[in-house]
Amino acid sequence: MREPFIQFKNVFKSFGENHVLRGTELSIYKGEITTIIGKSGGGKSVLLKHIIGLLEQDSGTIMFEGRPISDMKKAERKALKRKCSYMFQGTALFDSLTIFENIALPLKETTRLSDSEIDRRVKDKMDQLDLNDIDEKYPSQLSGGMKKRVALARALVTDPETVLFDEPTTGLDPIRKKSVHEMISNYQQKFGFTGVVVSHDIPDIFHISQRVAMLDEGRILFEGSPEKLAQSSDPAVKEFIQGLYAGNDTCIQPDKKVDK
Amino acid sequence: MSQISVLINPITALGKWIIFIVQEMGRIAIFFLKSFCLMFSRPFQIKKIFQQIHFIGAKSIFVICLTGAFTGMVLGLQGYYTLVKFGSAGFLGAVVALSLIRELGPVLAAIMVTGRAGSAMAAEVGIMRISEEIDALDTMDINPLRFLISPKLAAALISMPLLTALFDVVGIIGGYVSGSVLLGLSGGIYFTRIETSVEMTDVSGGFIKSFVFAAVIVTICCFQGYYTHTRKEGFGAKGVSLSTTSAVVMSCVTILITDYVLTSFLL
Repeated sequence: MREPFIQFKNVFKSFGENHVLRGTELSIYKGEITTIIGKSGGGKSVLLKHIIGLLEQDSGTIMFEGRPISDMKKAERKALKRKCSYMFQGTALFDSLTIFENIALPLKETTRLSDSEIDRRVKDKMDQLDLNDIDEKYPSQLSGGMKKRVALARALVTDPETVLFDEPTTGLDPIRKKSVHEMISNYQQKFGFTGVVVSHDIPDIFHISQRVAMLDEGRILFEGSPEKLAQSSDPAVKEFIQGLYAGNDTCIQPDKKVDK
Repeated sequence: MSQISVLINPITALGKWIIFIVQEMGRIAIFFLKSFCLMFSRPFQIKKIFQQIHFIGAKSIFVICLTGAFTGMVLGLQGYYTLVKFGSAGFLGAVVALSLIRELGPVLAAIMVTGRAGSAMAAEVGIMRISEEIDALDTMDINPLRFLISPKLAAALISMPLLTALFDVVGIIGGYVSGSVLLGLSGGIYFTRIETSVEMTDVSGGFIKSFVFAAVIVTICCFQGYYTHTRKEGFGAKGVSLSTTSAVVMSCVTILITDYVLTSFLL
């Protein structure tokens, strides 16, 4: 049996009276893309923030390669953080920095790469994400979709081992959505990173995901392959999936894969 | 039972308030110490420090000169008419210079910098907090205190003594304009009295104050912005506005309290 790469064991998290995670159990496997689906405001982003250490659980354990993160020393946590990257739902780009400076920031601050090497890597990522001729612009001068792609470029520029995507395609048009999905998939195949994606893009997101987890009322209601999700007999899972299919224009069933 | 609770409730509330104040002061002290130590971590952030010197120091020169000039002129006027009553108008230079160098220069320069740069720091850091930019730094393993606060602190520690010195010089010239040029006191006497009365300990005392005030302004203003998201009275833009207001008020009050404490030690 495979050992989970990241594992949530009976994790609880509350903000005052708002109990967001209520005994969450989740396994994320190395080299796979796991998509977390669930109702808006259901705690998906909170769950993601626990992985990278932005939030700390009230109780329960989060394991990384079989070791509880809480038991790790400061240096080990730091090393772990350097291997991870996070793409924020609201992009979290630095308004006072240009697009080039935004994407180059993690390389400039955390590596000893030369300026020319940083320049090359940033330009590469910008080309791949169709972000041409905006180097000197500021985030406020870009559309929402473009900001998302800049945030994606910043998340991938360090070639991380684990990438956490918080709704990477919200606000993008269908063509851009497809290209972002393809890019996540291509990068994952090329570099083999472990991806955790919070998304509502059903069924499109299933085509790049090896596993899907559904979070409901602070607990994981379903965990498995997209095909198994479609066959699930759980009424809550069925209701949620049907609701999302009804809300999307492209009604492709998860078991009917499209060409990547 | 109710009589006991009438007695106990205010004491409980007072105790909670004291615990809160002590905790808050501890958090501010840790915030300052971490930011201060990170100033010396390599690689040095020279470019950022110069940018902040430009923002905190260079851009404050006009307001410092303006307030310094009028403070000196008012001191010259008030001092002249008071001293004339005692036949000691010749001491005007000493009164103006000592008041400015020991007290008014450091305090008023610090309050001006709080209003101009401190409020901007609190708002900038607060907006970065609510737009998740500080969280983004954290996820990139970039220490937000080192990246955001340390350059501001270093720049303020460099700029504040210089701004204070400028305030003092412009104020002394202001006193000369009102006392000598407008009211007819001999310029020679005005400057001779300054030379004979001002000692190096007065100047160094003023500089010590300006260093402390620089640390107070940056620490309090940035602290308020940094923890904007923990405010219970308001979130988002309202939270930032509340943080900015409390940053300015707390900084000004702390400057005045610290001034009294420092003066009592320095005299």
